[in-house]
Amino acid sequence: MEAYFDNSATTKVFDCVKDIVIKTMTEDYGNAASKHLKGVEAERYIREAKSVIAKSLKAQEREIVFTSGGSESNNMALIGGAMANRRRGGHIISTNVEHSSVYNTLGFLEEQGFEITYLPVDKEGHISLLQLQDSLRPDTILVSVMYVNNEVGSVEPVEEIGRIVKERQPQALFHVDAIQAYGKYEIRPKRQGIDLLSVSGHKIHGPKGVGFLYINEKAKVKPLIYGGGQQKGMRSGTENVPGVAGLGAAVREIYRDHQQKVDYLYGLKAYFMDRLGEIEGCVVNSQPGRESAPQIVSVSFEGIRSEVLLHALEERGIYVSSGSACSSSHPGLSGTLKGIGVRPELLDSTLRFSFGLFNKKEEIDYAIEVIKELLPVLRRYRRG
Amino acid sequence: MMFQSFLIKYAEIGTKGKNRYLFEDALMKQIRHALKEVDGGFAVTKEFGRIYVEAKGEYDFEDTVAALKRVFGIAWICPMFQIEEKDFDNLKKEVVAYVDRVYPDKALTFKVDSRRADKKYPVTSEQMNRDLGEAVLNAFPQMKVDVHHPQVMLHVEVRNMVNIYSKMIPGPGGMPVGTNGKAMLLLSGGIDSPVAGYMVAKRGVKVEAVYFHAPPYTSERAKQKVVDLARLVSRYSGPMRLHVVNFTDIQLYIYDQCPHEELTIIMRRYMMRIAEMIGKESDCLALITGESIGQVASQTVQSLAATNEVCTMPVFRPVIGFDKQEIVDISEKIGTYETSIEPFEDCCTIFVAKHPVTKPNVKMIRRSEEKLGEKIDDMVRTAVTTREILMCS
Repeated sequence: MEAYFDNSATTKVFDCVKDIVIKTMTEDYGNAASKHLKGVEAERYIREAKSVIAKSLKAQEREIVFTSGGSESNNMALIGGAMANRRRGGHIISTNVEHSSVYNTLGFLEEQGFEITYLPVDKEGHISLLQLQDSLRPDTILVSVMYVNNEVGSVEPVEEIGRIVKERQPQALFHVDAIQAYGKYEIRPKRQGIDLLSVSGHKIHGPKGVGFLYINEKAKVKPLIYGGGQQKGMRSGTENVPGVAGLGAAVREIYRDHQQKVDYLYGLKAYFMDRLGEIEGCVVNSQPGRESAPQIVSVSFEGIRSEVLLHALEERGIYVSSGSACSSSHPGLSGTLKGIGVRPELLDSTLRFSFGLFNKKEEIDYAIEVIKELLPVLRRYRRG
Repeated sequence: MMFQSFLIKYAEIGTKGKNRYLFEDALMKQIRHALKEVDGGFAVTKEFGRIYVEAKGEYDFEDTVAALKRVFGIAWICPMFQIEEKDFDNLKKEVVAYVDRVYPDKALTFKVDSRRADKKYPVTSEQMNRDLGEAVLNAFPQMKVDVHHPQVMLHVEVRNMVNIYSKMIPGPGGMPVGTNGKAMLLLSGGIDSPVAGYMVAKRGVKVEAVYFHAPPYTSERAKQKVVDLARLVSRYSGPMRLHVVNFTDIQLYIYDQCPHEELTIIMRRYMMRIAEMIGKESDCLALITGESIGQVASQTVQSLAATNEVCTMPVFRPVIGFDKQEIVDISEKIGTYETSIEPFEDCCTIFVAKHPVTKPNVKMIRRSEEKLGEKIDDMVRTAVTTREILMCS
């Protein structure tokens, strides 16, 4: 049996996505900027995707800019937002549990002379709203907070953060990294006070290499990429028609009967957490039920090195991550796990199971049985 | 392009008597192999005591030199002008043209060093030195002759054609791979073993490698890293066979049966045994390791002796007397360092004891190994027969 539980790293695409990607690569392969019919046809896919995405956010089509994915969206929001507003001030607020595409971009901005305040999180993974209030200043131009944490699935109080920012320092842009949240939540940027929102296609059963940045029509952001002036000059470069069309199809599919899909994921999560209770010496780092995201469960296994368990599971067709897949090839231990107070000896013993719509209950049963079988053996052979 | 051909000088292989043509042919084969990855077409030919590389049409000079610098056996790479028309008056013109093109700034001291392999040539070497020097001085009055410490040593060799060269780029030295038998390298993925493989290959030895893979304790990426390292070494050694042995069961069995402090030593003894078995199958005459005295617990003199004891083949340890930094320097020079430091665990460290033995007593180790019984021999056979063989180039 194969059980792919690494859906927060990437997902398998929906069939409808595969179909439209093939069609736009083999039949409607025009350049969306061409004046002839082939170009117009290609452009239609872009318009259609944009319309589906705008509706999913109750936003306007002109507020959507397509990018090459989550990292570019985060870079554009932070660098583009900071550069466009630097005359108003040079202070940025974020948290110390952000994804590396936010964290390292903030590092770059720091080198450019911006001042960054990193807010810590409590053991549920939430920032303190009081601390946020205290950190906001007249020269704060940007607040960037992730919606769903990629390592443990904690959900930040985005709406409250948006309200506080808009009440206290309305000049500051509020950016939300929604890469693990979009498709799992009904996000309403206007109501939630969000000015910038980053999304990636391949986390929601769409293609890799495509994503978008929602930019509130009133927000000032500078482009990152200059060139032929595509996307109203906000993001030059020939439009990735197959990617964008695939992304549109994924969004349409994931937000169809959406509540049902979210319930399905919460069902898997609850079942998995329930069955983890049968396993000795494991600690769940994610909040149960609806307090955290439906797809992510972080678990520490006492006396096991996560990489060894990961590879032992891989031998049995079960695929998971240690920490976040994007950063797990780096030896540094997870900032989020440390941030939420996971015991130091468990940091290197933690796996992330992340579910997707293709997963089945039986796969969880299979994984639980395999883990039960592996743990005693792996615990017997260790160094030291 | 300023130069269209190169004179390849080799050092040690000139001294090998009747076997000389074997060495020359091996060198030419390695040169051809190395030039395959360079943009351009090349003819590699030999004339008594000389190998020539001639570019056919456009080619990339820098890449060509870089590729030649990876061919063991080459002492010097000399970009040259090769003149077919041997007439002495014409030769004077060519020498002046050479100086003019190669040295745009003429404020230099020089000396002409002529040789006649073709003794029928009407002008003696002495006379050539004088007349060619005079021709250069007449053409470029800024230049001066300095017979003791010239800045430019202008070599003019009269053979079937005339070779004119003055720039000598050092090659890697050593002997052409394939002229000195074959050896089996224990390749771990660290810094030392690729360097060890490089150094033995440099003496003309063809190298195969064995890697001990221990899933799930070592990952698929750790294996990929070793494949990458084998490919990097193969840029010097030529295509290399890599034997990937699954070592997990043996390792766990030793863990179960033997004292934990002796695990690493016993494990390494089995690695040597397996390497030797595979080596014999592939006609290897020696083993190669990247061990260096005292670097870790398993590389004390006592540990090395205990490990060495199980081998009947000679074990080459070319970095045995090097400090870590010296090995690092070589790995940086040959381009394996960046890959070696990728952070993946290798099978030697996964179960390492807190206090491993540093002065193992061979008798005690043998007694511990007795506990493994006959079962271990079956496991070793299985490991050898189920190995995966990859071609790395």
